Amino acid sequence: MSGGANVAGVDDPGGRASAIGLDRVWMIYHTREAETAALAQMSLEVAPQEFVAVVGPSGCGKSTVLSLVAGLIKPTSGSVEVCGETVTGPSGHVGYMLQQDCLYEWRTILGNALLGLEVQRAVTRESVAVVRRMLNAYGLGEFENHYPCHLSGGMRQRAALVRTLATRPDVLLLDEPLSALDYQTRLEVSEDLYRIMRAEGLTVLMVTHDISEAIAMSDRVLVMSRRPGRIKSSHKINLTCERQTPIGRREAPEFRAYFNAIWKELTADGHAVGSAPAIART
Amino acid sequence: MATQSDRPRQSREHEAFLSSLARRRMVVSVARALILAAFVVLWEVAARRGWINAFVVSQPSRAFATAVSMARRGELWLHLGMTVGETAIGFTVGTLIGIVAAVLLWWSDLLSDILDPYIVVLNSIPKVALGPIFIVWLGTTVTAIIAMAIAISVVVTIMMVYVGFRQVDPDRVKLLRTFGATRLQILSKVVLPASVPVMIAALKVNVGLSMVGTIVGEFLVSKAGLGFLIVYGGQVFNMSLVMSSVILLSIVSVLLYYGVSALERAVMRTRG
Repeated sequence: MSGGANVAGVDDPGGRASAIGLDRVWMIYHTREAETAALAQMSLEVAPQEFVAVVGPSGCGKSTVLSLVAGLIKPTSGSVEVCGETVTGPSGHVGYMLQQDCLYEWRTILGNALLGLEVQRAVTRESVAVVRRMLNAYGLGEFENHYPCHLSGGMRQRAALVRTLATRPDVLLLDEPLSALDYQTRLEVSEDLYRIMRAEGLTVLMVTHDISEAIAMSDRVLVMSRRPGRIKSSHKINLTCERQTPIGRREAPEFRAYFNAIWKELTADGHAVGSAPAIART
Repeated sequence: MATQSDRPRQSREHEAFLSSLARRRMVVSVARALILAAFVVLWEVAARRGWINAFVVSQPSRAFATAVSMARRGELWLHLGMTVGETAIGFTVGTLIGIVAAVLLWWSDLLSDILDPYIVVLNSIPKVALGPIFIVWLGTTVTAIIAMAIAISVVVTIMMVYVGFRQVDPDRVKLLRTFGATRLQILSKVVLPASVPVMIAALKVNVGLSMVGTIVGEFLVSKAGLGFLIVYGGQVFNMSLVMSSVILLSIVSVLLYYGVSALERAVMRTRG
């Protein structure tokens, strides 16, 4: 127990209220066969407008962290806070992007983008205009009346992003949002995502098993242990490069050092299942 | 330049390919028509030559004449309308009740756990066996026939649609929950629209099933309808009446099926 709490605390800018806070969270799942601890005494803090990536072996409870922050599940013990408020259920503070774009094929792109607003009964002339402006800004303007099946994978993921941003969340949760895309599209979409997040000034918590992606996109990379998950270490990413974009950042001289350090952390834990392909891709 | 001169040659090959497709389609249609024509001709000739007993198997010309004379007297439309109407009400109401029941089962896991064995039992009973019960309860009326048509289609619908509801992609439901959706919103915004294809598939199955229910119902109680004509014709040994009714029945059932298929295509087109 080198203490997940104080490792995360090192990077806490101190004093400033955090956008996301998990405090000594235990999450235990019950099934008829057994009870399984997914998270053990997990703590983490994400500062406002910070972009934090979480990497870890498969099945370490990464997605559980996102579900907790989104209010989809309640922790067995410990507390979860978003924007200073204790999470009791889904709230307007949080936008969640899943692995699949999950666009509904019976709705047009505009219809899909308005889904969250509809659920929250916030469709007004103004909010529709805002969503259309976003679709325009992200190159989807002329497709707003098309159905998702006519769009490429990258465009679909951008449409999913507009749908998420339409409800004006303060905190964005990304659950391997690029893993369903082919590698080239993936790089393109990561550029888009990065640019948009920074432009909107969002706080982002991204779960991924791709170490390069984590380093290229985030301010800080948290490494999770195997199940039951907790934060093993935290790596503040400082890259010296001309273009601060995911592709540009991959060219920074420090990139490889971060990669190796995080890779070592993951493998030190036993087998780092699911992370091996990331090496081949750098 | 090479590609320029290559183009026409490729397009000629493509033309050949297209015309071979067209030829094949022609062969299929002609063969289908020939089989039908051969069957009708053989039947007619065999009856005229006395190879088969025309009194027992009738013959196309007589069956046709019977249908024409019924049409002249206006009876045909009454019987056709009766059967089509009962079937249409049967499968529409059966499908709607089935969907509502499936929604209730989806809404409450506990309810669906509790009712599971009863649904299995209801599904395995031959619904035709319930005919006499409907007659006692509802009288020898059109209502009893429609009840029969509903009974035969409703349980299948419940099972098909409920399974469809449960197979809706959990990520799509999760997405809606992250927006704070209520259970009613999850139902109306994702579960129902995602299950439209399943509901149409159920409707397609029900067209056939309800027709079975209607005909059995007409056998048992009615004074009109194709089922009535078939039973009546059998009782008075008017095989031409039986045969013409059976032929009409098959035409009607095919038309109803195509009607639902057309509905399916129309719905699917709006889904991009």
